[in-house]
Formats: sequence, C-alpha cells, structure tokens
Amino acid sequence: MRMLINVPETVVADGLRGMAAAHPELTVDVENRVVVRRDAPVAGKVALVSGGGSGHEPLHAGFVGPGMLSAACPGEVFTSPVPDQMVRAAAAVDSGAGVLFVVKNYTGDVLNFEMAAELADEEGVRVAQVLVNDDVAVTDSLFTAGRRGTGATLFVEKIAGAAAEEGAPLDRVAALARQVNEASRSFGVALTSVTTPAKGSPTFDLPPGELELGVGIHGEPGRERRPMMTSREIADFAVDAVLEDLRPQGPVIALVNGMGATPLLELYGFNAEVQRVLSERGVVVARTLVGNYVTSLDMAGCSVTLCQVDEELARLWDAPVQTPALRWGR
Amino acid sequence: MLDADFFHRWMSTTAASVDREAAHLTELDSAIGDADHGSNLQRGFTAVAAALDKEPPQTPGAVLMLAGRQLISTVGGASGPLYGTLLRRTGKELGDAPAVTAEELARALGAGVAAVAQLGGAQAGDKTMLDALLPAVEALGTSFEAGRDAALAGALATVPLQARKGRASYLGERSIGHQDPGATSSALLIDALAETAGAVGGGA
Repeated sequence: MRMLINVPETVVADGLRGMAAAHPELTVDVENRVVVRRDAPVAGKVALVSGGGSGHEPLHAGFVGPGMLSAACPGEVFTSPVPDQMVRAAAAVDSGAGVLFVVKNYTGDVLNFEMAAELADEEGVRVAQVLVNDDVAVTDSLFTAGRRGTGATLFVEKIAGAAAEEGAPLDRVAALARQVNEASRSFGVALTSVTTPAKGSPTFDLPPGELELGVGIHGEPGRERRPMMTSREIADFAVDAVLEDLRPQGPVIALVNGMGATPLLELYGFNAEVQRVLSERGVVVARTLVGNYVTSLDMAGCSVTLCQVDEELARLWDAPVQTPALRWGR
Repeated sequence: MLDADFFHRWMSTTAASVDREAAHLTELDSAIGDADHGSNLQRGFTAVAAALDKEPPQTPGAVLMLAGRQLISTVGGASGPLYGTLLRRTGKELGDAPAVTAEELARALGAGVAAVAQLGGAQAGDKTMLDALLPAVEALGTSFEAGRDAALAGALATVPLQARKGRASYLGERSIGHQDPGATSSALLIDALAETAGAVGGGA
C-alpha cells in the first residue's frame, strides 16, 4: 500500500502540524490534539465542540472557525478522542455561556463524550449534548448500536454554529442542533474498501465489480452488496432510501459527499443524478453542497444527506462561515 | 494475600501480552470492526506500564485506579472507557487495603464487570468483552486457572454469535463466524492475572 506518510504512529500529529502551518487563524495543540479558533473564548457566545476519529477530514477540525465549531478534538484514525481532549477543548472555548458537544452516534464517541461532559461539569462548565444519528442504512437499530452519525454532522455544526454566532443561548442552540438532526437522513455507498495506516491493507474485501450499499464512514457494511451500478442507478437507490425515511414536507438542503477517493468530476455527475431523482419525486432543493466533507480515508464512494429546512434553518445555513473547509458570506 | 506489587505485575504482564498479540487483535477487529483494537490497547497498556513504573501506587486499589485512568486518557474508542471503567471500578471496590485475598479480587472484579455492562448497555451473548469477563468472574471464585480457562472459552464461544453492540453490530448476520476482538483481549487480561498468580505460587 502506498501512502504519503512517515510512520502510522505519527499520522495524526503530522497532519495537525501541517494544518497549523496552513491555518494561522486556528490554535492547534498538536500534543493534546485540540484545534481551537484563535479568538476563543468569544465573550457571551455559546461554544460548539465536536470531535471523532481522524480519517474523516475535513470533519471536524476543518470546520473550526467563526460561524461553525469553536473547537475540535481529533482522535486516532477511526478511533474516538479521549475525554481529556474534550475537557481541555471545552475549557479553552467556554466564555461562561456554555458548551454544546456535537457527538456522532458511535459507541466510542458516545462513551468518551459522556465522560467528558461529567468531568467538564465538575469543573463548572455548562455542557449540553446533541447526538447525530442520520444514517438510514442501519435499518434494524434495535439489534445494533443504533443509527450511525454521518453527513448530517455538517448540517448540525453549520446551523447550530450560526445560531451560536448570533448569540442564541445554550438551550436554543442545542434545540436547533437536535431539530437539524431530526430533519436529516443519509445513505452511503462504497466502491472500494478503506485502508487504515495502522493495518496497511484493505479493511474489508470488496471484489472489483461490486459495491456496498449503505456503507458507514469506517467501512462498516450496510444493507447489501451488488454488482457495480451506474451513477444513475446509485442515485435512485440512495435518494429513495433517504426519502423512504425522511418524507420531507418542504424544501431540503442536499449534501453530495465524497468518501475521499472519488474525483469531483464523478461527484458532480452524481449530483446531477441526485437532483434528477429529487425533482422526479417532487422534492424542492433549496441549497446544494458537493465535495469531500465527511470522508473515509481513501475509500471511493459517496453519500447523500438531505435536511428538510424551514426559513430559519435556511437563513442560518446561509449565514457567514469562515473555516478551513467551509467558507462563505464574509 | 495479593499486594500492590502483585497488581503492578498483573498490569505489566497484560501490557507485554497485549504488545505480543496486538497484530492478532487488530486482525480480528478488521474482520468485524475497524481494524484498530490491537494498536489502541497497545497504546493504552504501554501508558499504564509507564505510569505504574514511574510512581508505583501503594495499594491494589490504587494500582487499578491509576491503570484505569491511563486507559481512559489514552485509548479512545469504546475500549478506553470500557476497560478504564473495568479497572477503575474494580480498584474502587478494593478500597485502600494494603493487600487483598483472591476472593476479594474476584468479588471486586465482578463489580467492575457489572459497571462495564451498565456503561455499554450490553449483556451476555451480545458478542462483546462481557462474553469472556462474565464467565471468568464466575470461575475466579474457584481458582485463577479456572478463571483463565473460562475467559478463553468465553472468547472462543463468541465465534458463532451475532453482534448486537458496537461497530460489529452493523454487520448483522455477517458478524457470525468471527471471534470478537474485545472478548479476546479480555481473555488476555485474565490470562495475565493467572500467569501473575502462578508466579506468586512458585510454579506456572
């Protein structure tokens, strides 16, 4: 396996050092693995802290900045961060207005953030949490760890981040975050397996000519394997899987997300198909975002996330944001 | 009686064993998880061994509390909080006694395992570390060797099970036929306990 790395052990630290060099508007604590917007804590503003395993870049550190996250805690590759990181991050960004933890629904993330919330609370930081669980590929959630948190994380962080930037109190920011999660659903597709630096060979065995429908962002299997499909067929399958669950009554924001190794040319082509299906199903698309935002290292594939929005959510989506990976309006 | 030194050696033995088996644990994890269990535990127990060597605690309870805290601070994922809670809760149950009996250890470990079950919301048969730990705690009442055998048997018995917790649960029926990495590392922990106890008795 050919990777642009030194040794697997330093992949995360090396990445953070490079990120620090590229983004002087962030404070990057490489040793403790905490990325903070440089002007934090912002007086009177609710802080947003998220984190998760590395390997999903730009999620989450790429979303730190005005209008979105106050801080991010990158864990080891595909491994949730530890409570110490989150407590440190919360202490660095809390202005006294409280902190919202944005947590993706994976056992490790949930347990570590829960411990961190307790510890931060003991240190006098007011903490609220939102659990993101948007992945409809997990159908039988009674017999699993529940729906995984994937693309909707970006919607939650952007919209709740905008509300916090406007000065909304913690309860309101948390309520909006939950509303966005409730209004969002995702479905992912893998064309190749992911290869982690530590293992150095593909995590799962996906023969050429097959694809995995409903894949998770760590290469967890989803619903089924099928012979390779066209972009058109994949869009039909993915969008219908989302709509079966979401049944939007109003306009949606669409995220067409790359898993890391699929070129933008293909993603834009896939987006054309996604827009076609949505139009055929009578769903109005208010905004669209296409690109690699919630990735899975070198996996080829894509995911679709839809979020039903009202006027306020659309306005908060449009609000200015200035982060390494998402930037508009200022 | 088992003193702080015994518990210190138990943790060091576990660290050496995890080091040796890291690639195997990661291989098991790549079949039904995300291929990092070995490297994560290796990082954690290396930190445990270093912390215990730097400032050796004076009681069995303090050794396990320190070890648990190190795991929570260094492992991440689900394994960090779960193994950290197991050792911290067991240590807490042992209190500040300078030495404990094997029966007291078995009882305390039972409380630690119960705390793991509560934290993870899992039960026997879910294809998790509990499938090795629950029978081990039961058998430790008899002897260390019985505990080790029960843990190993419990880990092997996860092969035909369908995972209902953790990332392997997303595989559904496809998780059947693979040994659970968490149950396997738990068996290593109990095996290291038996090995440490064997050394105490003068034979192994």
